[in-house]
Amino acid sequence: MDILRFITCGSVDDGKSTLIGRLLYDSDSVSLDVLATLEKKRTATNGDSVDLALLTDGLKAEREQGITIDVAHKYFTTPRRKFIITDAPGHVQYTRNMVTGASNADLAIVLVDARQGVIEQTRRHTLLASLLGIRHFVLAVNKLDLVGYDEAIFTKIVADYQAIAEQLKLASVVAIPLSALHGDNIVRRSKHIPWYDGPSLLEHLESVPVAADANPSEPRFQVQYVIRPQTEELPDYRGYAGRIQSGTYHAGDKVRIWPSGLETVLETIEVNQQAVASAAAPQGVILRLRDDIDISRGDTIVPFNAHPAVVRELEATLCWMDERPLRAGRKLLVQHHSAVVKAAVTTILQKTNIETFESVGTDEAKLNDIVRVRLKTALPLVADDYLNNRDTGAFILVDDQTGATLAAGLITTTDPEYFTQEVPVEATFSI
Amino acid sequence: MDYLDRLEAEAIHILREVAGQFERPALLFSGGKDSIALTRLAEKAFRPGKFPFPLVHIDTGHNFQEIIDYRDKLAASLGEKLIVRKVEDTIRERGLREPGGKFPSRNPLQTYTLLDVIEEFEFDACIGGARRDEEKARAKERIFSVRDDFGQWDPKRQRPELWNIYNGRIQKGENVRVFPISNWTELDVWNYIQREKIELPEIYFSHERQCVVLPSGQLLGLSEHLNLDDTDEIVSRRVRFRTVGDSTCTAAVESDAHSIDDIIQDLLLAKVSERGATRLDDNLSETGMEDRKRNGYF
Repeated sequence: MDILRFITCGSVDDGKSTLIGRLLYDSDSVSLDVLATLEKKRTATNGDSVDLALLTDGLKAEREQGITIDVAHKYFTTPRRKFIITDAPGHVQYTRNMVTGASNADLAIVLVDARQGVIEQTRRHTLLASLLGIRHFVLAVNKLDLVGYDEAIFTKIVADYQAIAEQLKLASVVAIPLSALHGDNIVRRSKHIPWYDGPSLLEHLESVPVAADANPSEPRFQVQYVIRPQTEELPDYRGYAGRIQSGTYHAGDKVRIWPSGLETVLETIEVNQQAVASAAAPQGVILRLRDDIDISRGDTIVPFNAHPAVVRELEATLCWMDERPLRAGRKLLVQHHSAVVKAAVTTILQKTNIETFESVGTDEAKLNDIVRVRLKTALPLVADDYLNNRDTGAFILVDDQTGATLAAGLITTTDPEYFTQEVPVEATFSI
Repeated sequence: MDYLDRLEAEAIHILREVAGQFERPALLFSGGKDSIALTRLAEKAFRPGKFPFPLVHIDTGHNFQEIIDYRDKLAASLGEKLIVRKVEDTIRERGLREPGGKFPSRNPLQTYTLLDVIEEFEFDACIGGARRDEEKARAKERIFSVRDDFGQWDPKRQRPELWNIYNGRIQKGENVRVFPISNWTELDVWNYIQREKIELPEIYFSHERQCVVLPSGQLLGLSEHLNLDDTDEIVSRRVRFRTVGDSTCTAAVESDAHSIDDIIQDLLLAKVSERGATRLDDNLSETGMEDRKRNGYF
């Protein structure tokens, strides 16, 4: 059985938490004791029906305000698949939490209130989700009960969203008319919506193919931790523990260590103390090499014929997450998985207008802005473009004083030749 | 890769990040199934080397003896260091008040002992076996969760956690709680224990036990720590524990499950959640867990 990780997004009050509550409830994934708590709440507030949103809004402040502030993770299983749901906040103020959720998702459910249609948050979240490499989108047109299950309203919203999908070149969009409150087309097909003959939301989630999608074949492995038991039995053992980020590794292959560029042979691959002939992403392994070379945490080991970019200058898209704006010249840390290097933002090139997806020139990035920047690093990074490798193309920016996470970074260019040219001024959106 | 392999790979990656990023980490070990699974994951992450952290047990003094025996045996067979700190000692040294009532849970007092042991050894990261499916406040927590000088969690100021990149940079005095099996469910843990053929304390399997029947119908294993009165009904039942913790607030469930297979079958049919079935203290208020976590509880 495989796992599908998906995120729900959309604006405040579009009914994301209710949708998840309904998905859990109608698929019999809610325990009796948890339901009993909801029932108690209903009696207390004289409500007509159980508030399914309370299944996910777990913080005191969320219950007080009736909104989702931070990401909640929920889990359920059907005979066909295991699901990890990331319930992300819709409020603009908590966009960074939405990005947190989207960075690990395979699929995004974008909710739209049938009465409101496509709004700025729909565009913002679709942009962020597509930027973060999500390929599969579900346009969930919710609250259809409040517009008399009107097909024309659904069709209009689908057409509006299609324009966004085309602009962002979304690979796969499936639109489903539904009512989370009443359970229409969530788990079971709805009798109220006879004009729709597509799958229910759950049917779609169970069948959408995702696993093979983002699995680049170029091998990448970064050292997380060096294992040296230094015991009597194993006085000279030296193993490089880490995770295969992409591709497959074979014992006996000639390999190179980056950024040093040194060459050696991959003597053994160990998984759970057993030598194996080969191993593939996302397995955690220990690699042992023929020669005693100076290798430490953050170094990358790749087969001889693999060619990651090894750069000290790169261009990236940032989702800026700090209250203090970013200006060019700022020094900070790049954390690229287990590699942490000092860096400076040399230029802020442009900012994406969420409304139009067009790019405009700017000299600063404010909270929740999406900007393109150039970065210089103090030591070389072994990296890829995010479009080619969602793992090695990602990094975070960290404040070296407070330790705060400042931004999500997606590498757009590592080509050294590119950096000898003038700063390009582009009027169109590109990621 | 099967889903259990994926969850395992994720957890191993997180454990190695702890080893790579922190100077003085610790693994909080309660003797329960989740922390037992964690030790197996640590073996997979670090063998043939030693664990880069000790096992730390915050002993409430309200444990079942089987758990203590198992703990000592496991630490010895792993050949890893075990640090035990007792809530009883904290109560005495700090002049804390022992909880009263019929079921005097020391759960809230554990926090003091935990914060003391963090200070004593200057732990900068504490690995725990908490899972997001356990409780609604847990469902909100990051895998690397930063705590301030006072061990407090502020849910509104959590760091964004992007991809599988974990930011463990902290200021002096702060520490990070790390949850490698955040994305596992109770059933995943049992499936893993079955796959890995991990031995568990006897208390998890069906056995005859003297129990007190609570008004809710829940069964509490009889122990010297309960302050019962004459009206309490004591019965002998075939039970097992779904979770282990302070014996004064962790209920048993009636069961004939003798093997891990049986337990998994039980669980597939269970209509009540793990905490709902077994914990008495979470039910005190709707935000019981969030409030305790804010104050530094694990």
